Amino acid sequence: MSSWLHIMIFIPFLFAIGVPYIYKQLTPRIHTGWFVLSIPLVIFAYLFTYLPNISEGNTFTETVPWIPAYNINFITYMDGLSLILGLLISGIGTLVILYSIFYLSKHREALNNFYVYLLIFMGAMLGLVFSDNIFVLYVFWETTSISSFLLIAYWYEREKSRYGAQKSMLITIFGGLAMLAGFIMLSMITDTYSIREMISNSADLSTHSLFIPAMILLLIGAFTKSAQFPFSIWLPDAMEAPTPISAYLHSATMVKAGIYLVARMTPIFGGAAEWFWLVSGVGLITLLYGSVNAVRQTDLKALLAYSTISQLGLIMSLLGLGSASLYYGVGTDSSVYAMAIFAAIFHLVNHSTFKGCLFMVVGIIDHETGTRDIRRLGGLMHLMPISFTLTVIGSFAMAGLPPFNGFLSKEMFFTAVLNVSTMSVFNADALGIAIPIIAWIASVFTFIYSMILVFKTFRGKNKPEKLGRVVHEAPIGMLLSPLVLGSLVIIIFFFPNVLSQYLIKPAMNAVLPTLADTGEMKVKISAWHGWNTELFMTFGVIGLGTLLYIYLKKWYRIYHLYPENFTLNSVYDLCLVKMESLSKFITERYMTGFIRDYLIYIFSFIILVVGGAMWFFDGFSFDPSKDAPANMFEAGLMTAMIITAITVLFSKTRLTSIVAVGALGFLVSFFFVLFRAPDLALTQLVVETVTTALFLLCFYHLPQLRKEVSRIQFKAVNAVISIGVGVVVTLVALSANGNRLFESISSFYENSYELAGAKNIVNSILVDFRGIDTMLEILVLCIAGIGVYTLIKVRLGGGDKNEEAK
Amino acid sequence: MKKPNDVIIRSVTKVAVVIIFTFAINLFISGHHFPGGGFIGGLVFASGLILMFLTFDMETVRHNIPVDFKVVAAVGVLIAVLTGVGAMVLDAPFLSQSFGYFELPIFGKTELATAVIFDVGVALAVIGTSMTIIMSIGDDR
Repeated sequence: MSSWLHIMIFIPFLFAIGVPYIYKQLTPRIHTGWFVLSIPLVIFAYLFTYLPNISEGNTFTETVPWIPAYNINFITYMDGLSLILGLLISGIGTLVILYSIFYLSKHREALNNFYVYLLIFMGAMLGLVFSDNIFVLYVFWETTSISSFLLIAYWYEREKSRYGAQKSMLITIFGGLAMLAGFIMLSMITDTYSIREMISNSADLSTHSLFIPAMILLLIGAFTKSAQFPFSIWLPDAMEAPTPISAYLHSATMVKAGIYLVARMTPIFGGAAEWFWLVSGVGLITLLYGSVNAVRQTDLKALLAYSTISQLGLIMSLLGLGSASLYYGVGTDSSVYAMAIFAAIFHLVNHSTFKGCLFMVVGIIDHETGTRDIRRLGGLMHLMPISFTLTVIGSFAMAGLPPFNGFLSKEMFFTAVLNVSTMSVFNADALGIAIPIIAWIASVFTFIYSMILVFKTFRGKNKPEKLGRVVHEAPIGMLLSPLVLGSLVIIIFFFPNVLSQYLIKPAMNAVLPTLADTGEMKVKISAWHGWNTELFMTFGVIGLGTLLYIYLKKWYRIYHLYPENFTLNSVYDLCLVKMESLSKFITERYMTGFIRDYLIYIFSFIILVVGGAMWFFDGFSFDPSKDAPANMFEAGLMTAMIITAITVLFSKTRLTSIVAVGALGFLVSFFFVLFRAPDLALTQLVVETVTTALFLLCFYHLPQLRKEVSRIQFKAVNAVISIGVGVVVTLVALSANGNRLFESISSFYENSYELAGAKNIVNSILVDFRGIDTMLEILVLCIAGIGVYTLIKVRLGGGDKNEEAK
Repeated sequence: MKKPNDVIIRSVTKVAVVIIFTFAINLFISGHHFPGGGFIGGLVFASGLILMFLTFDMETVRHNIPVDFKVVAAVGVLIAVLTGVGAMVLDAPFLSQSFGYFELPIFGKTELATAVIFDVGVALAVIGTSMTIIMSIGDDR
């Protein structure tokens, strides 16, 4: 029934429950992280065993029914693409947790929160990449947004953390909702909830009228998650999170979820011109926007944030360019563009290695010097030689220099854009030439900020007076994780085809299944292609980049030309402020603070909806023929009830009102006795007793009942509403009594003795037949009780301290 | 607060509370075949407690019955939910109840039903909640 794959997804969630206990028991003796470390390590090892099978082109599917009535099953599906993401999530997760053990102090930080959120994220992310059902995928998708929110706001006492957390949450959840709408449309078109089934019926999809809306909505989801322009603004603010989190969520894994989605959906949408232009266009704009903005940053983490945006744009645009391959079907043309998909997946892995490494090193710099401001740093090369080496590896890989893995994927990126510029479909001949130019300019800027990262931090003069502490190299434990990633950067450069064979090719087959069947793709990555255009483009990047870096001071001023008020951030802030004031304005119209106003809303609503519906559907009809005759005793009871009700209206004191209402309730219970419903009568009696006691207690707090002086108009409205409610309820009750729309269900319960072993039907309905109703009722009751208790007893801040002390 | 003159109610309560509690337990147990059950039993029990609180000082009663009624309510809900889960463990749908007839040493042939355990949860939840509400409001001066 369940499979190891399902269990793997839920292990992080289950372990998250135990983390607070471990933390409570063992802090400060042992760092909680050591226990958490085992989880991603085990998952990584487990996923690793799939490698040989996956590289042979096998896929795995496991099904666990979740809501079978709605055909929502928790199907896990593993192919090359999900395996790559899974390995990244667990592999980098292991390294990040190892790093965090040394980064976060076990004495000062709330480690339990940190690891619980981190594990929730890890589980959600694994669920996201391994689930085949779109709604299950959506649930995990939003869970990653929420855990990211919690992790950004980890230091919640800082205002900027809260701001960044809120921003990321608003933007990514908005995107997630758009994606949900897209998913629903997609399931309407294809009549299935499974991604694989969608792919297999995707042939005649593009003619459907919902095809384009579904595509756009899905892309909004992917773009918000992967910080594509113009939704990218949340990522720089998310850097308020602790650095291990920035390395893990905001560069290696969570932001790759959007890319994963685009790759996953490529077989469905790829080949359409809209998909091609939207994905590659937005990707290219993001690539340029991110790299240009990264150069102006003075905070190292902000610089890395913008560079992440730009690199994500690069991967996204490659996926877009590669989707052209599906247009051509199968053939040589097709495999030319398919290389772009290959490059995208290759760069996705590369980016995770070098960016993860860089983030960790920046965290080390921050940890050791106390600042991430480039203007205050400098000359750290001799003080932190290992960190320096790692930064060089990471930055040069990012800039696309040999002998680092970034060089390989950058060359492939250039190949892809050059191929597209000569493409003849999708109107690419008009705009095609612009694509390599944009890519090249963005690469120049990428080179510049990579150099800034290395040389402004580590070369130049040491400025100890600005740091106020003695700087030395970080402990080995902290360096371990970036060292692993840094060595991967170099290993991948020298042995790219191993990676390609085992991981990237199966992943590409998942993105382009039709091409995989023909077996035409022969991919061999090599560093040297001869003297081709790509190589000259790289030379150009290095030459112009070096020049621009040296003369940075001269042209830096152009950044100030751009007015502050027109940035995306100020638009976001303005929207937020306006939205708040608008909703406040609207809310204040009807939330007056008077209970009587709220009661007026409720009662007029009842009159309109219930009365209106009954009137509209001709529901008012009476049939007194079956009614039993009323005897003297019942008539007497009725009279007594009317008298008590009127007494409430005219009573001068509250005590009289309470007694009258109580009497009314007791009289009702008499009716239950008369009609032989002892259970109801008993319940009514006891409830009435308890509520009267409750009233008397509340009575203590209320002011004296005064003669109310109010305008006749006000009273008239109240009178109309109260009479209206009375009339509607009475009419509804009479109509319900006079008509039987459905067969009575009581005959089923008559067998209670055989079915439930109980002679009392009422009670067996409560505890057996409708047990779940009762269970939820007592749950609600309990919540209400806690609510009352909280409202009265718990006063946070500024409350009456004496009361708590008592 | 002036010293209240309440000899009669104090004397009556001392006797009445015992009767009310007995009645509540009787109601609860007879619920399976006759009028009664967890909800009513719980409420009657709660009303007995309320009578004590009204008659004697709140502090006195709290001293003699040192129970946190919030916990009582929570335990009640938990018991009710767990009986449902218990059914799942035995591979029956959530909240399935069962019953059987057993020969017990003193009672002779007796019917035992899992629904009673569920009903205990209901009763505890009702007692706990009503007492929590009433004590919170009554205490707030």
